[in-house]
Amino acid sequence: MNDPFWLIAIKGTLLFVVLVLLVLFSIWFERRVVAVMQVRPGPNRNGPFGLLQSLADGLKLAFKEDTTPRTADRWVYLLAPVIAVTCAFTAFAVIPFGPEVTMFGRETMLQLTDFEVSVLLVLATSALGVYGLVLAGWSSGSSYSLLGSLRAAAQVISYEIALALAVLAVFFQSQLMSTGAIVEAQAEPVDMNFFGAEVALPGWYFLVLFPSFVIFVIAMVGETNRAPFDLPEAESELVSGFATEYSSLKYASFFLAEYVNMVAMSALCVTLFLGGWAAPFPDSWWPAANEGWLPLVWFFGKVIAFMFVYVWLRGTLPRFRYDQFMRLGWKVLVPASLIWILALAAINLGIVAEEQSTRIALIGGALVLVVAAFMFWPSRKPYEPPAEPDAGLGGYPVPPLDLSVPPNPRSLTELEQRDPTPAVEGKEED
Amino acid sequence: MIADLAQSVSTGEAVAFWILAPLALIGAVGLVMARSAIHGALMLALTMICLAVFYIMQSAPFLGFVQIMVYTGAIMMLFLFVLMLFGRDSRDSMFETLRGQRFFAAVLAIGLVGLLAAGLGHAVTGLTIADGPPTATGAAAGDSNVAAIAESLFTTYIFPFEVVSGVLTVAAVGALMFAHVARKGAARGQKEASRERFAPGNYPGPRPGPGVFATSDSTATPALLPDGSIAGESLSEHVPARELTAAETAPKHTEGKDLHR
Repeated sequence: MNDPFWLIAIKGTLLFVVLVLLVLFSIWFERRVVAVMQVRPGPNRNGPFGLLQSLADGLKLAFKEDTTPRTADRWVYLLAPVIAVTCAFTAFAVIPFGPEVTMFGRETMLQLTDFEVSVLLVLATSALGVYGLVLAGWSSGSSYSLLGSLRAAAQVISYEIALALAVLAVFFQSQLMSTGAIVEAQAEPVDMNFFGAEVALPGWYFLVLFPSFVIFVIAMVGETNRAPFDLPEAESELVSGFATEYSSLKYASFFLAEYVNMVAMSALCVTLFLGGWAAPFPDSWWPAANEGWLPLVWFFGKVIAFMFVYVWLRGTLPRFRYDQFMRLGWKVLVPASLIWILALAAINLGIVAEEQSTRIALIGGALVLVVAAFMFWPSRKPYEPPAEPDAGLGGYPVPPLDLSVPPNPRSLTELEQRDPTPAVEGKEED
Repeated sequence: MIADLAQSVSTGEAVAFWILAPLALIGAVGLVMARSAIHGALMLALTMICLAVFYIMQSAPFLGFVQIMVYTGAIMMLFLFVLMLFGRDSRDSMFETLRGQRFFAAVLAIGLVGLLAAGLGHAVTGLTIADGPPTATGAAAGDSNVAAIAESLFTTYIFPFEVVSGVLTVAAVGALMFAHVARKGAARGQKEASRERFAPGNYPGPRPGPGVFATSDSTATPALLPDGSIAGESLSEHVPARELTAAETAPKHTEGKDLHR
């Protein structure tokens, strides 16, 4: 990473432009895919296939009136969207988009910067990005906003633990903490010896570390506040959560930050678990597939596949209740990650062990631990059918058929004063 | 000696230092001066981020990012979480609960400043300027920052490390013990909640939301067609028809212009 200053500036600008375009695309993509799932056309008026719809929406949003509530804490109110957007964009500085290419006559990596612990940068920016949501809710001076921001704070702290534990397994396996090096480490196939037959499995970590991959994907949806975990902005409970009091460009910033975060988490997942920019087939099939600018296709293809997963979840799953959501985070994801990391450490130690007996003890112990965790996982109380049959209709509670409706207290006095006339027939002739 | 140090750093490092050091100081002073607790917490977060960047500049990227993730991301966020629950208008009480506490606080503060200055001066004197970035020393350190930290954490300082983790676990479990409240009776399931909801004497449906101009939320109130007449399908055969006054059935003139009359 010894680029001159002008090249870094060009790469940074390109990155910004690509991200904004990707956000515009992914809003359109989300609306079209959800529309297909709900059997309706979706946006199809502006531009080919409605592609310019999100651009039109963005322009419209920018020209709306910018309001500040009277009870708002002005400086923090202004600062919150800035924090959210800045942190969202910063995470992309370390994502490797491709191998070394020639750009303006210089050999350079398709990555803004990389250093020894660059994966931690993404985690740090996602931890700081929550400040935007939390401060937005607090500074608005509205109860809905405050509730939304409290939920955002609790949610991100809880799910960040599961996320970090999943990433830890990748650090463990690769013994690296740099995004570029992790992508290169996954290019090495894993040689497995199945009863004498040598099989070269792809080295992508979603195969080797499958439990971590599953936990990462779940935690990543929680971390980005997306359905079914979009509790901070649950529109049926909190209007729009932390963003209730925002309008115009400030609201648009939160929208932008949410989508950039989605893309960033998808990109991080692709980098850590799906081989980054590597082509999704063995090198020998098409050796030129992993050289030059072509890996951009594989990278963005994988990212868009993840965006589809996000949309798919939103289109099919109802929102979690808050206590269920917290229970999933603390009582399932975190303990499962811890057990898996313990087992992984034992297996890794066992594979390199010199003696046969040590090897068997470590690997066998790890397997026993995992199986025991599966079997003795404290489950819910099983359903017990009630002793006496339910009085309701077919076991379901229904209102009693002799339901007597209390009269409207407002018209009670009027009813007493008037003589009863058949109301229904009389009114229909009007 | 300070002048020598200033000459040894690169331009980029000097620029970053002169931007971030005032910011860190503003954050530290602002933490003490801020009237609102949230503003104080934000100032502290600013100082912590500046310190993290200093760590990264001093070739300790792992420490810097862990500082951001753990202190700024998790611990300050928990502080904010608690402070937000206190309400926006809460201010510090300036009432002295201990007699003469300001005097003793001043004496102790001066003493602390003296101690810190002496300790820092003792540590800094006789330092030499190294060529290039510092490299880790030790048996298996190599040139990796993370490996060097892990090496010293899990060999030299393993006992303090274990003690600290034990103390932290005890503290967390103790906090849980204090905060834990035993549930009175069994948890109410969905079935019980539903039965209670439809029990005689309880209104089963949701109340109309604020801002809904309904004359009644009764299930017996019939729906009205656009011309004001009653929609027959909206009447249940099990529920007796309710009296509506002429004022209630009349069109509400909500459109501004009534076309039906």
